[in-house]
Amino acid sequence: MKLDSKIPSGPVEKQWDNYRFNLKLVNPSNKRKYTIIVVGTGLAGASAAASFGELGYNVLAFSYHESPRRAHSISAQGGINAPKNYANDGDSIYRLFYDTVKGGDYRAREANVYRLAQVSNSIIDQCVAQGVPFARDYAGYLDNRSFGGAQVSRTFYARGQTGQQLLLGAYSALCRQIDLGTVKFFPRREMLDVVLVDGQARGIVARNLVSGAIESYDAHAVVLATGGYGNVFYLSTNAKACNATAIWRAYKKGAVFGNPCYTQIHPTCIPQSGDYQSKLTLMSESLRNDGRIWVSKQKGDKRKPEEIPESERDYYLERLYPSFGNLVPRDVASRRAKEMCDKGFGVGPTGLAVYLDFSDAIKRLGKNVIEEKYGNLFDMYHEITAEDPYKTPMRIYPAVHYTMGGLWVDYNLMSSIPGMYVIGEANFSDHGANRLGASALMQGLADGYFVIPYTIGDYLASSKFSPVTAESTEFKTAKADLDAMVHKLMSINGKKSVEEFHRELGKIMWDNVGMARTKETLTKALEEIPKLRQEFWQNVKVVGSSNDLNADLERAGRVADFMELGELLARDALHREESCGGHFRVEHQTEEGEAKRDDEKFSYVAAWEYAGPDKTPILNKEPLSFEYVKPSQRSYK
Amino acid sequence: MNVTLKVWRQKSKDDKGRFVSYPVRNVSPDASFLEMLDVLNEELGKKGEEPVAFDHDCREGICGSCGIVIDGRAHGPGRGAATCELRMRSFRDGDTIVAEPWRATPFPVIKDLVVDRTSMDRIMYAGGYISAKTGGVPDGNSTPIPKPVAEEAMDAASCIGCGACVAACPNSSAMLFVGAKVSQLALLPQGKVEAKRRVERMVDQMDKEGFGNCSNNYACEAECPKEISVQHIARLNREFLKKTLA
Ligand SMILES: Cc1cc2nc3c(=O)[nH]c(=O)nc-3n(C[C@H](O)[C@H](O)[C@H](O)COP(=O)(O)OP(=O)(O)OC[C@H]3O[C@@H](n4cnc5c(N)ncnc54)[C@H](O)[C@@H]3O)c2cc1C
Ligand code: SF4
Ligand code: FES
Repeated sequence: MKLDSKIPSGPVEKQWDNYRFNLKLVNPSNKRKYTIIVVGTGLAGASAAASFGELGYNVLAFSYHESPRRAHSISAQGGINAPKNYANDGDSIYRLFYDTVKGGDYRAREANVYRLAQVSNSIIDQCVAQGVPFARDYAGYLDNRSFGGAQVSRTFYARGQTGQQLLLGAYSALCRQIDLGTVKFFPRREMLDVVLVDGQARGIVARNLVSGAIESYDAHAVVLATGGYGNVFYLSTNAKACNATAIWRAYKKGAVFGNPCYTQIHPTCIPQSGDYQSKLTLMSESLRNDGRIWVSKQKGDKRKPEEIPESERDYYLERLYPSFGNLVPRDVASRRAKEMCDKGFGVGPTGLAVYLDFSDAIKRLGKNVIEEKYGNLFDMYHEITAEDPYKTPMRIYPAVHYTMGGLWVDYNLMSSIPGMYVIGEANFSDHGANRLGASALMQGLADGYFVIPYTIGDYLASSKFSPVTAESTEFKTAKADLDAMVHKLMSINGKKSVEEFHRELGKIMWDNVGMARTKETLTKALEEIPKLRQEFWQNVKVVGSSNDLNADLERAGRVADFMELGELLARDALHREESCGGHFRVEHQTEEGEAKRDDEKFSYVAAWEYAGPDKTPILNKEPLSFEYVKPSQRSYK
Repeated sequence: MNVTLKVWRQKSKDDKGRFVSYPVRNVSPDASFLEMLDVLNEELGKKGEEPVAFDHDCREGICGSCGIVIDGRAHGPGRGAATCELRMRSFRDGDTIVAEPWRATPFPVIKDLVVDRTSMDRIMYAGGYISAKTGGVPDGNSTPIPKPVAEEAMDAASCIGCGACVAACPNSSAMLFVGAKVSQLALLPQGKVEAKRRVERMVDQMDKEGFGNCSNNYACEAECPKEISVQHIARLNREFLKKTLA
């Protein structure tokens, strides 16, 4: 397949403006004749659907949630970046662009990242106008905090609930359009396939989760805003329902998948406490400013942390990284924690945790200072674990948090299927091999408010559309295929629950395709996943019926897709014989144990193309070039 | 620990529904209430019985999906926490725990513990917004907002739209939920322009959906997982009065 990224020429700071000027426009009175389907109403989808509605398009928005306000975006805590330079600390669009390309370990497109930095300031203005109650200083102006290693203060926040407030802002804009009748919202609908007519995306088939009916909807363009696929690892910080079904089914219809192996693992999460565990909870990274990470020098030490004398503790990050200590970047901190636990030094009941100890900080600064800084996090930890972190060290462990990979899109955010767009975490753009903190919210809203409303018009104005209705053959075939799949899942009636399969898949993924990947572990995963998948289709037990609300059936379909996506993820990780950002291949590290890129061989986007069931997918490469931010080796010593 | 779960089972909207008791064994006190339900559901599934349907997603108290009346209280024992934040250590070994759906006319049961709360969304459609079109807005710092005002707006904006206030209210009133939104937007200068129309339309829709009146019972505030203050109901009433006086 020939991939055209459509990156405009000219100097990076002019590209978007020039490009936008040259985009074709749809006549205002013609806009309502075009129907756009938006699947997913998180930050990206809600902002896009609302903006399309404002422009006058006829919009159909879908979500498996009962309300747009329940999307996973709601749980983002920390904040959203924008280089407003309100702090007068030297921030600029160029600096945010630079930080993001570098933070992504030189695996993102410069043109996209520049545009992202450029439009991000408007996001803040937009949200303020909507009534988003961002934090303010005593003069009444917007407040900023610094985040994730950036040297400037550019993160806007609303307490620890930034994602909630931004989503409620986008939701309110959407509500207004629903009220005006430009947007129709379909709750509790799960898109199960995209429908192509003459090679163009012309609609979707979705399951009504309450009645179980498979429904067809036609349109002129389809936008997927369905979030990330971190739950392929079973346990992650993602909401329980997050899944890859929409993007995976689209992949199987011809949309290529970009960099599936780029996954982000967050070092400070509350560890798993038992098999019943359903998800992992994030503890803000800021805790590492005052907490010291350690394990016992003795393997399998079962003593209480208080009973382990100072001389028998190994503050391994301080030992390995004397200058950065506990503040090494996310990927390094995560990998070292896993390594210590793998060697048998892990703490707590499961041995899969390390201590994050605040006793020195409390002695030095006083309990009240620590309480002021981290009180809510300490309370949350206390509530979940029943341990008081003021008295005993926290136990933390890394967890899957975000997926940089996703469906490949061009500069217009259009996938390789004409008329199908992908926005937000679901696409692969902008973050390269590693995402910086507070940049996902920024990207979702940039895509939805300020990029796709322009680019989609160009497609609609310049394409021909054959007459299609939801009764067309293509829809009937898609519906019949899905009915058959549902029937098959319901009739296997095996012995193992969907959850068990998901947990097993998660274990294979975490052990072999997690933080430290090797040729051996990846090869093993590529053997084990197809076996598990085969067993799934013979031995899964899905209970209940297919014509009413059935969470088990919903999960079964999602897990079936994860079983395939997991394999592609492992395949991509195996082929990428380098370490970059969140992708760490043990074979490729510097003497100090840092990630070692191979720019000569791997400075490209790996765009995987579906080749049919049980066939090896085809690897397409989109070369990356860096004119402004020159690649260099990251070093933390 | 071992507990008995006495849970509401209702096949569909039209089914009458009934309580069914299930023993749940070897539950870790560290498990969340919803994880206990997961364990039960997996056991039921193994036996070929239908699992108990319940809404949930984030499991961190922010998405507002979960909502179960536990032992007679919306979101269960304790204050300031959603159902998903409830841990089994809040119960004692041998307890019988009663779990029911939100009960209110505007929240018809879909199945077991899952109810339809789209009536709350429809109130939002009617006016829970500021009509700011994408683009064409002033710089974020063009209007300073006093910190205490911004903080109060944020308190109101913390509502997670779970509906516990309605479930807890003897009249099934949605005044705390609506008051929180009206109040957030009425506090902010950018929201004042449409304040009148907003309160009128939202209250009107609230009545249409069949939510009851507020009789100052304040069970809503007591069960609200975000501890939204009833002062926001007072502000709603003031805004409503302004509207009728004008
Ligand atoms: C704990 C946590 C904290 C975070 N904190 C931050 C932070 O501080 N700053 C930051 O920038 N980023 C943060 N992130 C990342 C950020 O929250 C997400 O990347 C972002 O919100 C994703 O938005 P989205 O709109 O792409 O997808 P989502 O919000 O995940 O929305 C997906 C939507 O798609 C729908 N959907 C999916 N599949 C289907 C289907 N098949 N049919 C119908 N509907 C479907 C869902 O119903 C939902 O409406 C955090 C992430 C986590 C997990
Ligand atoms: S006011 Fe409180 S109880 Fe009512 S919906 Fe909002 S968060 Fe839930
Ligand atoms: S599951 Fe999200 S608030 Fe409880």
